[in-house]
Amino acid sequence: MVAIDVRNIVKRFGDFTAVKGISFQVASGEIFGLLGPNGAGKSTLIRMLTTLLPPSEGTALINGFDVARQADDVRKAIGVIPQAMTSDLELSVEENLLIFAKLYGVPRDRRKRLITELLEAVELTEWRDKQVRNLSGGMRRRVEIARGLVHEPKVFFLDEPTTGLDPVSRVHVWEMLQRIKSERDLTVLITTHYMDEADKLCDRIAIVDHGQLMALDSPMKLKASVPGKNVLEASFSSAPADWIEVLRRLPDVEEVTGHDHVFRLATGNGPATTMAMLQTAAQMQVSVDSLAVQSTTLDDVFVHYTGRALRDTLQAPAPQDNPFMIRR
Amino acid sequence: MHRTLAIIEREMRRFRRSPMLIVMSMMMPIVQLVVLGYAFGGNVKHLKVAIVDQDHGVPAVRIRELAGAIATGNHTFDVIDYSDVGVALADLRNGVVNGVLTIPPDYSRRVITRQEPTVALISDNTDSFVSATLSATMAQVVGSLGQPVKTTIRTPSQPSLQLVEVYPYVPYIQYLLPGSITMSIFMMVMIGGGIIFIDDKARGLHEGYLVTPITKFELIAGFNISGTIRAVIAGAFLMVIGSLIAGVPNPLDPMRMMRLLLVITVTAFALISMMFLIMVRISDPLLPRAVFGVLNTVLYFPSGAVYPQQGFPKWMQVIAAADPFTYAVHAFKSLLLKNTGFEAIAFDLGFLVVFSVVSMGAATMLFRRTL
Ligand SMILES: Nc1ncnc2c1ncn2[C@@H]1O[C@H](COP(=O)(O)OP(=O)(O)OP(=O)(O)O)[C@@H](O)[C@H]1O
Ligand SMILES: [Mg+2]
Repeated sequence: MVAIDVRNIVKRFGDFTAVKGISFQVASGEIFGLLGPNGAGKSTLIRMLTTLLPPSEGTALINGFDVARQADDVRKAIGVIPQAMTSDLELSVEENLLIFAKLYGVPRDRRKRLITELLEAVELTEWRDKQVRNLSGGMRRRVEIARGLVHEPKVFFLDEPTTGLDPVSRVHVWEMLQRIKSERDLTVLITTHYMDEADKLCDRIAIVDHGQLMALDSPMKLKASVPGKNVLEASFSSAPADWIEVLRRLPDVEEVTGHDHVFRLATGNGPATTMAMLQTAAQMQVSVDSLAVQSTTLDDVFVHYTGRALRDTLQAPAPQDNPFMIRR
Repeated sequence: MHRTLAIIEREMRRFRRSPMLIVMSMMMPIVQLVVLGYAFGGNVKHLKVAIVDQDHGVPAVRIRELAGAIATGNHTFDVIDYSDVGVALADLRNGVVNGVLTIPPDYSRRVITRQEPTVALISDNTDSFVSATLSATMAQVVGSLGQPVKTTIRTPSQPSLQLVEVYPYVPYIQYLLPGSITMSIFMMVMIGGGIIFIDDKARGLHEGYLVTPITKFELIAGFNISGTIRAVIAGAFLMVIGSLIAGVPNPLDPMRMMRLLLVITVTAFALISMMFLIMVRISDPLLPRAVFGVLNTVLYFPSGAVYPQQGFPKWMQVIAAADPFTYAVHAFKSLLLKNTGFEAIAFDLGFLVVFSVVSMGAATMLFRRTL
């Protein structure tokens, strides 16, 4: 069964198009990841799927209901964790869940049982009476995850639930999500900047950039789709001008990119290429300043499909936020 | 309906845990009540009057005696003797004295020959309040002196004005209290329904509401009923505390409190509706902060809370007629200063209800259920 069916959806803000006709389907029970740099249009897409923004063109069906024409049916079927932390600081953990259970009209007896269950699941039972303002960022996120599930939704949308958390809290949140997901009939759509997380958790991943879908597949297949099994990253000093050509002729090398003194080599055989490169460098009196050999990661997939490293774009402002930045 | 209740419950729980909010909305009205009440309420005292006596005759000495009596009596002014008019006028210009009274050389002769004797008061009219007080007091002095001089025969057929005071004298601080109660309601509306409302919106709290199956009307009702409850609490607090501070006679009269509470509720709803209309399409958290002072000034001062509206220029009377504060202040004045019944406030209540319905209707039409 199809839980989320996105059909050529478009969102325009004035003459800026944030989402440029995206289509995909998410099967019931799947964990689906949306990856993309800042300003890619992830939040805009989620807002359209959760009835917060009307699409400019195209449609989306959630559990068979149209987001524009059957908004209320969609709202009953979904749980949403927005990108910003939206739990009430002045309210206790339990009150936060209680208010939302009431907003969703969950009957009193079910309310009690569900809240107890969910607090257990996000490991906040002993914090239930504490005001949210006393909680850490990670715990606050867990409150929100519990809050989003308080009416037992069928489809769960999470917009960057781990951004801004320390690595330990991040792992914790993901493990929790995985466990919650395994215990109930739930479809999850999640956005993130973190490739490693998406790799471990998601059944399938969509890479979005500039409002367009660049790639969509399981993490395994995505990694297999980029050239090479390994990636060498090396920097050199006193390299000749045609050094990049020399690197391209090394054995098993499939692709070389480079700027300044840093070169990335995609290769089918990491050890062989490494040995050959070191020998060539020694012969030509080029010194190797740094060298790293890795297996292909989703980061490389990202670079391959968007033409830039995710960690670089993370810091840079979105082009339309800065009128003085030239688009490349 | 249960969803509206959920929103109200959330807002009230948050309100209970933010005591600063109630302190903030009380502080400004109470400080204003006390400071303005005492700054403007008292009579002017110890104005400095230079007396230049160029006559030295017996009638001139009488004027100086009478002026001296006032100086030692109710201290409206202190008398300083000058021998030279030039020096006295220079001191007036430099602010050393507030007024100069000159008794001309021929004053005594004119008194005796009954040729319209005059003394001159030169006052610093850059401060109209001071010069008005001074000329009024001086007129008294000269008047009491002139009685035997200018003899007029009173005939019973001559019309005369007799002043009858209906209510006991109202100190200025009590006159200000109605405005302060209205302002405390406004402060709560401005902070709770303006600043915090937009902050919540900017922080994405409203997104949390909008993804639930709540209807537009349930949402609007939730926001506005909770806002009204908060504002009523603020107004009721100030009604009690303010009445005690200002010394309103019989402050806890239950019938009057009931009527006051009704006016507070209607006023709170009118102001919340107005605020909701202003904020319905706003998302920038700076905006409510920026309009705060302007709105306060435009609503409070034309309302007749500090000065009677009859003294306003035409354009300000137009603002006053549309200003919900005007009707709230009028109703509070009737109840607090005159302890009237419903007839005196019926029009005010009517206006405020119509004002609320119109603003809330417009805001509801402008409200969007999407981002
Ligand atoms: N209401 C709006 N009006 C105009 N432009 C908007 C609006 N909302 C978003 N945008 C623009 O649309 C683009 C996509 O924004 P979006 O928030 O969807 O990105 P994102 O992928 O979620 O990024 P991030 O990782 O920073 O959350 C951005 O360039 C943003 O400036
Ligand atoms: Mg986003």
